Amino acid sequence: MTTRPRYREESSFKIHGGCGLMGICDESGELMSGEDAILAMAVQHDRGNGLGGGFAGYGIYPEFADHFCFHMMYHDLRAKEETEAYFDQHFLLDLAEPMPTRPVKGITDAPLLWRYFMQPYPNKLEESEMSGEDYVVRAVMSINASIDGAFVASSGKNMGAFKGVGYPEEIGHYFRLEEYEGHTWTGHNRFPTNTPGWWGGAHPFALLDWTIVHNGEISSYGINSRYLEQFGYKCTLGTDTEVAAYLFDLLLRRHKLPLSLACKALASPLWDEIDRMPKDEQDVMRSLRAVYGPGMLNGPFAIVLGFNGGMVALNDRIKLRPLVAARKGTKIMVASEESAIRAVMAEPDLVWTPKAGEPVIARVKGMDWPIHGDLHLPPSEISCAVTGTEQSCDSVEVNA
Amino acid sequence: MPTSFIQPEFKVKIDYDKCHKCGRCVQQCGWGVYSFNERPIPDDSKCRACHRCVTYCPAHCITIEKNTLAYRENDNWSPDARKAVWRQAETGGVLLTSMGNPKPYQRIFDHLVLDACQVTNPSIDPLREPMELRTFLGSKPDSVQVESDGNGGFKLAEGEGMHNNVKLDTPIIFSPMSYGSVSLNVHKSLAMAATRLGTLMNTGEGGLHADLYPYQDNVIVQVASGRFGVNPDYLNRGAAIEIKIGQGAKPGIGGHLPGEKINKEVSGTRMIPQGTDAISPAPHHDIYSIEDLRQLIYALKEASGYKPVGVKIAAVHNVAAIASGIVRAGADYVYLDGFKGGTGAAPQVIRDHIGIPIEIAIAVVDQRLRDEGIRNNASIIAAGSIRSSADVAKAIALGADVVAIGSASLMALGCHLCQSCHTGSCSWGITTQKPELTRRIDPEWGAEQLVNLVHAWSHEVQEILGALGVNAVESLRGSRERLRSIGLDEQTCKILGVKPAGM
Repeated sequence: MTTRPRYREESSFKIHGGCGLMGICDESGELMSGEDAILAMAVQHDRGNGLGGGFAGYGIYPEFADHFCFHMMYHDLRAKEETEAYFDQHFLLDLAEPMPTRPVKGITDAPLLWRYFMQPYPNKLEESEMSGEDYVVRAVMSINASIDGAFVASSGKNMGAFKGVGYPEEIGHYFRLEEYEGHTWTGHNRFPTNTPGWWGGAHPFALLDWTIVHNGEISSYGINSRYLEQFGYKCTLGTDTEVAAYLFDLLLRRHKLPLSLACKALASPLWDEIDRMPKDEQDVMRSLRAVYGPGMLNGPFAIVLGFNGGMVALNDRIKLRPLVAARKGTKIMVASEESAIRAVMAEPDLVWTPKAGEPVIARVKGMDWPIHGDLHLPPSEISCAVTGTEQSCDSVEVNA
Repeated sequence: MPTSFIQPEFKVKIDYDKCHKCGRCVQQCGWGVYSFNERPIPDDSKCRACHRCVTYCPAHCITIEKNTLAYRENDNWSPDARKAVWRQAETGGVLLTSMGNPKPYQRIFDHLVLDACQVTNPSIDPLREPMELRTFLGSKPDSVQVESDGNGGFKLAEGEGMHNNVKLDTPIIFSPMSYGSVSLNVHKSLAMAATRLGTLMNTGEGGLHADLYPYQDNVIVQVASGRFGVNPDYLNRGAAIEIKIGQGAKPGIGGHLPGEKINKEVSGTRMIPQGTDAISPAPHHDIYSIEDLRQLIYALKEASGYKPVGVKIAAVHNVAAIASGIVRAGADYVYLDGFKGGTGAAPQVIRDHIGIPIEIAIAVVDQRLRDEGIRNNASIIAAGSIRSSADVAKAIALGADVVAIGSASLMALGCHLCQSCHTGSCSWGITTQKPELTRRIDPEWGAEQLVNLVHAWSHEVQEILGALGVNAVESLRGSRERLRSIGLDEQTCKILGVKPAGM
């Protein structure tokens, strides 16, 4: 049996593509089934080409809320055995089971799909002198980098990513998402214009409880990736989504910017607008633009960042990709097309088109901030965890 | 014996059937080519092919031709090489010349092409959408720290944010050219244009004439090895201060402005006696190492209330390490001058054989500063033969924040690149102090020409950004992914960080 292509090999060229996306969050923390997310993506069927679909659900594993849940993809049994041996060594495993799936027309060539609810071995964790989050990221990095044919689809607490090659509604039904209940869901429909992807290449793109779905192409990718490299991130996937994910990590976790300002740095207002702002705000924005200019995401995109506690949807600075938002009661929903919203929310209280660069932020009441919990690892390890290229981690971080 | 082996380079031909015999050519020529005896009589040996007479001849009856004198063919001993030997045998001196290196070295800019958007991401129409060129020159912090403003918003935390940067409305500034090497009217034209464009002119090493004080917010004041015109008032007038270490046209060489050019006005501005030679030593005699440079940078900051202080160097072999040292020494910008950069006077052997191309210098300096995590600490200004908006865009894509134009700006004022600035007889009234010549440039007209040029290039850069699908110049800066090379060797591509076309 041949092994799966390494993520890097899939994309030695920059991946171009269009896509559709959705996100829904109940700010009261009330749970909803995955059915709505599937429906919202089914309505947007034509935004993809059947080469990738996926979902992320939050609050879906309340019985294991304190466990890290690994959603695994294995190309073969050997990869599974190797990975499980690794888990045995490093984690206290409370439940390991195949992902519940059902046969769906159109879904073929599925890898072996398993999920594991685990906690780091207390003594190992203590030995490592790391936080649980750091420990998990290291584990993700080791598996993606060194176990051929194994890929971690998600690794957060009380959440999971469900993705694969197919249309999103097929993927959703395949994973039986209607049987899950979560307070936040995001979904994605992929239209890659390069070679057909593999299951791990579909969105959402996830690390710990953090997921990103993304529609667009970032025309500033070249400078964004060089900027990130300065801080130790390794952009090896060649996807725009990757730079967006690392930029959020840099601004939110490392530079500790508030979410609203991080969004303003990534999709900056025009100078004309900044010049008209009140003095204090103008000073902040001038500095943000001048300092984070190389990180500004320029070109068409709409993005939904999901985390345990809500989601944020963001459009590029001149709105070159669609993004519609709506509110009904405590529910906030975003989607590429209003039809998706209307299909899920009968008679919403408010439907609006978020302005360019104006983030739509949904926060579940009473849930913690910041996202990513107690993570301290340097960027090189974060990016290596995602890209699965261990050898690229040897460089010394120059600007922690 | 013949007085010289060297034959005239050009032939001046006058169609006497058309000639009005008005004598304007006689009056216009700064080189004394023409005498007048019922009709103008040219002396070919004095002609520099500056086209002043051609431009002003009302009858359009003058043409300048190359003297096509045949030399016995020899690929090794070009006519120019032979002439240089003859000239030095006659004079025993260093051959002087001016403007930029004219030798046929590879022009890397001409081997780079830019990208454009098609289908998967849209291009942007700069005629309909904002297309932002605003650039800040100076050091930026690595991150922005904010605190709550008490009303649900945020303000900068105490002492945080970007300080002491110069706002530029376009990433194109004017190169340093001293008053003395160019005329006061040229300086005025540059200063007025810089003010109208929201960009900067640069005094060069000759001080700031009082007539330029109204434009001082758009002026970089230079501190060079001769320290001409440097005093606390001067330092405090500029928008930024620049320490000149070197110049692309003459790396490692000082300067010499002959006494004849030091008239009353120049003397006052430079703070030296009238008629004395103004000699800039090759090194700064208080900078013999990088720690000395640091002291001068901070002395200038202290003296000026912490204005941005930049350092200008010629692009030489080890430019990346030197630039890194300069940034670590506290400079707010590094000005890189490539080996094709112009000069008002330089030994030909230096101009034509020392230094490296600006494209390479930008690429290695930008990369080195990123590798060391100090790229945000300083801006990069690139100069040394920026000939068009395409060069501007390519220089920025390679990693420059700002480009500076010298030769091109003088061309906007009439310069025809005759490479005779050092003679002080510029017929166009640019590089001369002779009053009958300097008055040929009306600063109002000069400013308009310069504003037109920079506007035109800025519009073209906006068109390029639009094609690239980005609407702010910072999204092009350092974005080498948007460049491809054609016909460059693999090693050069690697150094530039640019893939060949097709990859």
